[in-house]
Amino acid sequence: MDATAQAASVQRLSFVRQPDSWLVRLFDYKPFLVAICMLPTAGLLLVFLTYPLGLGIWLAFTDATIGNPGEFVGLDNFISLWDDPVFWLSVFNTFVYTFVTTIIKFALGLWLALLLNHHIPFKAFIRAIVLLPFIVPTVLSAIAWWWIFSPQFSIVSYVLVDRLGWLDHYINFLGTPWAARWSLIVANVWRGIPFIAITLLAGLQTIPPSLYEAALLDGASGWQRFRRITVPLLMPILSVVLTLSVLFTFTDFQLVYAITRGGPFNSTHLMATLAFQRAIPGSQLGEGAAIAVAMIPFLVAATLVTYFGLGRRKWQQGEAND
Amino acid sequence: MANVTITNVRKAFGSTEVLHGVSVGIEDGEFVILVGPSGCGKSTLLRMIAGLENISSGDIAIGGRVVNNVPPKERDIAMVFQNYALYPHMTVRDNMAFSLVMAKAPQAVIDEHVRRAAQILGLSDLLHRYPRQLSGGQRQRVAMGRAIVRDPQVFLFDEPLSNLDAKLRVQMRAEIKELHQRLNTTIMYVTHDQIEAMTMADKIVVMNSGNVEQIGEPLELYDRPANLFVAGFIGSPAMNFLRGQLRDGAFVTNDGVALPLPPTGHGAGNGTDGAPAVYGIRPEHFQLRPDGLPVTVHVVEPTGSETQVIANIGETQILCAFRERVMARPGETIHVAPDTALVHLFDADSGRRYDS
Repeated sequence: MDATAQAASVQRLSFVRQPDSWLVRLFDYKPFLVAICMLPTAGLLLVFLTYPLGLGIWLAFTDATIGNPGEFVGLDNFISLWDDPVFWLSVFNTFVYTFVTTIIKFALGLWLALLLNHHIPFKAFIRAIVLLPFIVPTVLSAIAWWWIFSPQFSIVSYVLVDRLGWLDHYINFLGTPWAARWSLIVANVWRGIPFIAITLLAGLQTIPPSLYEAALLDGASGWQRFRRITVPLLMPILSVVLTLSVLFTFTDFQLVYAITRGGPFNSTHLMATLAFQRAIPGSQLGEGAAIAVAMIPFLVAATLVTYFGLGRRKWQQGEAND
Repeated sequence: MANVTITNVRKAFGSTEVLHGVSVGIEDGEFVILVGPSGCGKSTLLRMIAGLENISSGDIAIGGRVVNNVPPKERDIAMVFQNYALYPHMTVRDNMAFSLVMAKAPQAVIDEHVRRAAQILGLSDLLHRYPRQLSGGQRQRVAMGRAIVRDPQVFLFDEPLSNLDAKLRVQMRAEIKELHQRLNTTIMYVTHDQIEAMTMADKIVVMNSGNVEQIGEPLELYDRPANLFVAGFIGSPAMNFLRGQLRDGAFVTNDGVALPLPPTGHGAGNGTDGAPAVYGIRPEHFQLRPDGLPVTVHVVEPTGSETQVIANIGETQILCAFRERVMARPGETIHVAPDTALVHLFDADSGRRYDS
């Protein structure tokens, strides 16, 4: 080491770090940093999520109408709904609608996903087509279905009566309660299948092919491979998709409102359409909000059941011992 | 237990043929290893024996029965996959019992088989665990346990050790060999690692781009490789090749260095004078001798048990491995002599060995 280098090293050793400014120290303080980083997210959630939800719930406890902010009336809205047969009809419809469509959507969606999981020609093209009902705006497809269900111009009636001669009269799809309900169920299934099929297909593709090969060598038949390999390994994603599907269907509004507007005789009103009907065209904001709030417990229960009932699997947990 | 006979088997995916007529005979109870670089068709051949790929032409017979059109579950074989293919949603016990459950075996038989296999593999304490809760080596054992439980005629192993770390691989190698000695079942084992092949096999099948290059016992392949491919593939570090010509009963490299030939002659026969040839010598078959060839040292790599030296003979780079410690520095010249009894000579055009 020569003289200048030695001098430099001595000088370096004699250097004393200046204390940080209070601002630097503040930002080095972890609780402050956490708070400041959380603030934008928390603020956005508060303004755009919590406020409307809170307002909706608050409205449910008031007698607000359009143009009148209303006053707190406690449980009056819920008490009057309790004695309202139309409300209970909408609850019944919502359950039938959700239950029946979910079963059909899952049966057909899983079947479609299994088909698409095979090596078929034009696979990408067929997958794109399957996704189509999901891409079209709901209102647009609702209008298409409304046309299909039309009493005079229905293509279904035309084919059955004029072409095949299997029926002697046109079907009144939307004119009677049960026919209207089934018509809506068909439209909802048509619209809901792509979501189920594509997500379950994604789930199927996470199952390694070697598991099927191992099962094949172990002597499992096609049905046994489906039941013993596919179903259990698909269960985690199936439960998530099921939860989402139940939520979407339970809160469905567009399709029903665009096709039947709850008719005939309120027989196809879901809780969501009834809530809107009472709140906006009927101008009873408080009562409409109460119907919407009444959906919350059902949704929470449905979510808990599907998510915890089907979603958690012991084999997915990574703990060393159990 | 059964023998396996593969006769002139071909496999084509679409218009691409990946196996060009492979014939291998495997004796009952033999441990046979298919070895070759990636894409040589060894795994495809194994999967054809398992019945996971169909056979484009030729015959595969297990125990004297042609199985070309026999479904996998009736071939009485068990396979251990590279990624183990354990059912993640089943415990170790259920994984091992699956094939017997599918065969509708009585519960007592299933329990007994699983218990015995678990005992052989040291899995008895892990039977209630899920695959996620096991280490790589334990998963490997469960995969083998699943095969053992079935008591098959033939075990098929598809690169079973390639997902393990080096130390565990050495340990599992010994365990699989021991397992074979204990069960005495025919094993077909695929690997790209020639060390695995050398250490475990009764018989090695060396494959390259859809063809069988040589079949033989491990030391036979090491001592007398039939061609340049086998010579370069078997043995670690790999054999040195020097290109040149046979001239007047001597070998001269392309840059003019004369190399000593075996005392028994080179066996190339007449009419090969001046023909291009390849001189092969394994790194471990060089000796430090003052009267040897002068070589220029590039790199010295001591491994403790031996010293590897990368050096140049003329223009050609060679690797020598000495048992003694070499204190040479890069740029220096040392004198090395090939053990002439262990020199291999190959025809440069066909790659075939000249028999001496």
